[in-house]
Amino acid sequence: MATLPIPAEDIIARFGPSLNFPNPEGIVGRDEPDEVVKTHCCFCGMQCGIKLLVKNNRIVGFEPWEEFPFNEGRLCPKGVQRYLQNDHPDRLLDPIIRVGGKGFEKLGWDAAMERVVSEIQRIQHAHGNDAFAMLSGVSLTNEKCYLAGKFARIALKTKNLDYNGRLCMVSAGAGNKKAFGLDRGSNNYSDLAHAEVVMLCGTNVSETFPTLTHWIWQARDNGGKLIVVDPRLTPIARTADLHLPIRPGRDSALYGAILHQLIKRDWLDHEFIANHTTDFEKAQEAVATYDLDWAERTTGIPKEKILRAAEMWGPAKTSFLLHARGIEHHSKGVENVLACINLVLATGRIGKPYCGYATITGQGNGQGGREHGHKCDQLPGNRDIENPEHRKYISGVWGIDEKDMPGKGLTAYEIMESIHRGEIKGLLSICFNPLVSLPNNNMIREALEKLEFYVAIDFFLNETARHADIILPGSLHEEEDGTVTTAEGRVVRIRKAVSPPGNARSDTSILLELADRLGAKKFFTYDSSEEIFNELRVATKGGTADYFGISYQKIEDNMGVFWPCPSDDHPGTPRLWEDRKFKTPDGRAHFHGIAYRDPGELTDDEFPVILTTGRVVSQYLSGTQTRRIGKLVNQYPEPLLEIHPALAAKFGIKDRELVRVSTRRGSVEFPAQIVETIREDTVFVPYHWPGKKSVNQLTSGHLDPVSKIPEFKVCACKLEPLGRTAPGSEETKAWASA
Amino acid sequence: MTTTTFRTDQEFFLDPQRCIGCHACEMACAECETNGQTPMIHVDYVDRFLDTQTSVQICMHCEDPVCAKVCPAVAIEKDEFGIVHSAKTDRCIACSNCVNACPFGVPKKIEPMDLMVKCNMCYDRTSAGKKPMCATVCPSGALTYGTREEMAGRRPGSTPVNTFKFGNQTVKTKVNIMMPKGATDLVVDAEL
Repeated sequence: MATLPIPAEDIIARFGPSLNFPNPEGIVGRDEPDEVVKTHCCFCGMQCGIKLLVKNNRIVGFEPWEEFPFNEGRLCPKGVQRYLQNDHPDRLLDPIIRVGGKGFEKLGWDAAMERVVSEIQRIQHAHGNDAFAMLSGVSLTNEKCYLAGKFARIALKTKNLDYNGRLCMVSAGAGNKKAFGLDRGSNNYSDLAHAEVVMLCGTNVSETFPTLTHWIWQARDNGGKLIVVDPRLTPIARTADLHLPIRPGRDSALYGAILHQLIKRDWLDHEFIANHTTDFEKAQEAVATYDLDWAERTTGIPKEKILRAAEMWGPAKTSFLLHARGIEHHSKGVENVLACINLVLATGRIGKPYCGYATITGQGNGQGGREHGHKCDQLPGNRDIENPEHRKYISGVWGIDEKDMPGKGLTAYEIMESIHRGEIKGLLSICFNPLVSLPNNNMIREALEKLEFYVAIDFFLNETARHADIILPGSLHEEEDGTVTTAEGRVVRIRKAVSPPGNARSDTSILLELADRLGAKKFFTYDSSEEIFNELRVATKGGTADYFGISYQKIEDNMGVFWPCPSDDHPGTPRLWEDRKFKTPDGRAHFHGIAYRDPGELTDDEFPVILTTGRVVSQYLSGTQTRRIGKLVNQYPEPLLEIHPALAAKFGIKDRELVRVSTRRGSVEFPAQIVETIREDTVFVPYHWPGKKSVNQLTSGHLDPVSKIPEFKVCACKLEPLGRTAPGSEETKAWASA
Repeated sequence: MTTTTFRTDQEFFLDPQRCIGCHACEMACAECETNGQTPMIHVDYVDRFLDTQTSVQICMHCEDPVCAKVCPAVAIEKDEFGIVHSAKTDRCIACSNCVNACPFGVPKKIEPMDLMVKCNMCYDRTSAGKKPMCATVCPSGALTYGTREEMAGRRPGSTPVNTFKFGNQTVKTKVNIMMPKGATDLVVDAEL
């Protein structure tokens, strides 16, 4: 049983999160580092270049890496403080085993491995191979993502492998595949510099991708106009030429209404539409009735603003549309993405200088990690696990019989539902903290408690791993070599700066030994990350995400290479579609008819307010790392309920008053932060916190039918002021909430 | 001054409207060994109830620094490159004259140390030909360090201004603030 062995508070006292602050007296060795290692930040999809200072196998500080072309030394606070995850008091230094009533006790590697393997074999023997599932994540390098995919299919022999990208950019990936036949941002960010209009659709760039802000300002310095679509006046929206404060869950209505105006005013590239696209008529038909009055009623945005957006977007000669989780975290995330793509295709502004379109991938390796086969339906090179040709090719690369390749498995949230139903009995997780990051997480907790056996690989004991039977201490970003693919599609090198401390081991060596003990050694004979990468290159050859022509040396020589890069002499592809040859079967870009439909949950008399969620600049995702770094925690120590003064007045809520927020799935208490920077019908809570402070107790499990992304961005809630001022964050210690 | 490679062609450009309130500058500043984890730069919301606007304040390095003029201990000096240095530790008497006198509210008295500290434009970095740390990491272009020509090329719609009018008093600074093209000074109205 994977219940907590002792109360959460006692686990927290031993394993954290505790806060790591730099020593104000100075950090030993920073003046004379043994080594200065050029690598990348461990957090978001920007993958900013950074130099880590190493002394005595510890990271003792950083220097900006000004030569790296994307960020030129720029960093956000997370990047500045990222070195403090190293040499952290919470670090797991030995394998540990759950002992009921006592907590977790140290265990030798051999005993830990033996137990893990015997439990995997017991469960699979009794309940079938698919009764053991694996969850992975895209903070891992390309090499580890590839390895996880191969490990699950060959060593675990399970179809049920999925990853935390399922909560990130799968809607964008699915939309891009439908429209373009390929899943990558179409342009690198240098194409922003002379875009006449930049439209940010559901992306809080300044808090979630701060270093991208510089590129957007470049466009504006050159006369470009900025449109921001967001229910909140975020720091980037504050400066925009046009802010469209959309009602959460109505995105496709807005983009449909803009398309309606483009058609009405004939702001269309007829040549491009005729020669390089299909199904424009379907897109046109779907928006035929989406006039401004309808759009205003549906989206909650004044119609003058919607018209203005169309007038800015329509006649421009160059443009760049960027979107992120704001339109993707919906039960119609794929439709929202396709509605945005329709605007790009209608104006033909793609595949040319300063004509761009891209999703802004969220996680560090959100791009590469979704290409190399640790999604439930995917094989390396962004191949399809159900496509006979693709199965055959990868089986050949791996040296297995195609019949032994498992089929399509369940997605991340569905895996948890299956565990909850008692079908999946065992779980291996790496780089995933679903108890904080998945919606409706009271269900997730119940599911974890039903597991017969759960093994987690992680460097800190995250909230989910507290439910594990065995935890294997893995490696930090700076402890293994590898590559990641940035949000731009640029493959860059992650360099090992230090070795794992104590008895912790590299993630790769842990997976390789498990594969060996599971009897699959001959398929996993790698001596280095580079060897794994070189196999990945072959595995991706001929796929849409083709890395065959990329080598470690080539990355080194060019400070990154953009895929597709099919051969050694190929320079890489910073801008897609210059040849107008799209990767769809017919070689054309596809419009889609996107009829607006409502979100999965609407407000009603009982739950009259819209709840939306998102991030803050000083925290990253489920906070496993950033809730352990002192200054990042202090900058925004607890989740606040952002609420407009008009809505607060309606419920009699005062600033800093504790408010109970309830949905059909649970109740959580948050301090109110009354601000005019949010819609009057919507409240916002950021999601990085665990336990009683987790807003994901409230969010809904409605999934997009195609991408299976959960609908984090909209659900219905009610608000009850509790008549007392919220205690300070130093009292609640939200970052370590049980 | 001893040997230095301070680049006299490079200047500091401050554009508060671009500040996104991320605090990367503060945290990077605090990392400097001489600062003992205390940032010399400050980021604050203007009025969070109304807006997400934040403002960032660094030492403006006045041509005729009032902080130095009011210092009874002659602890604050401006060097040949126009950098106004933090108070010398052996001279500072922690009287707070400079804290009260600075028109930009920059110097802070560190109570436990009984010492005034302020930004010295990362003298350890700038004297070695590097950019100040805050302007290197700033992700939004609110803080930039470079030549006037580079700025003119990059930001054709803006003009660097280093003349501030506080009522009848004019203060000229080494640090520039980016204003709409054509502006010549920033008038800080004491009536407001």
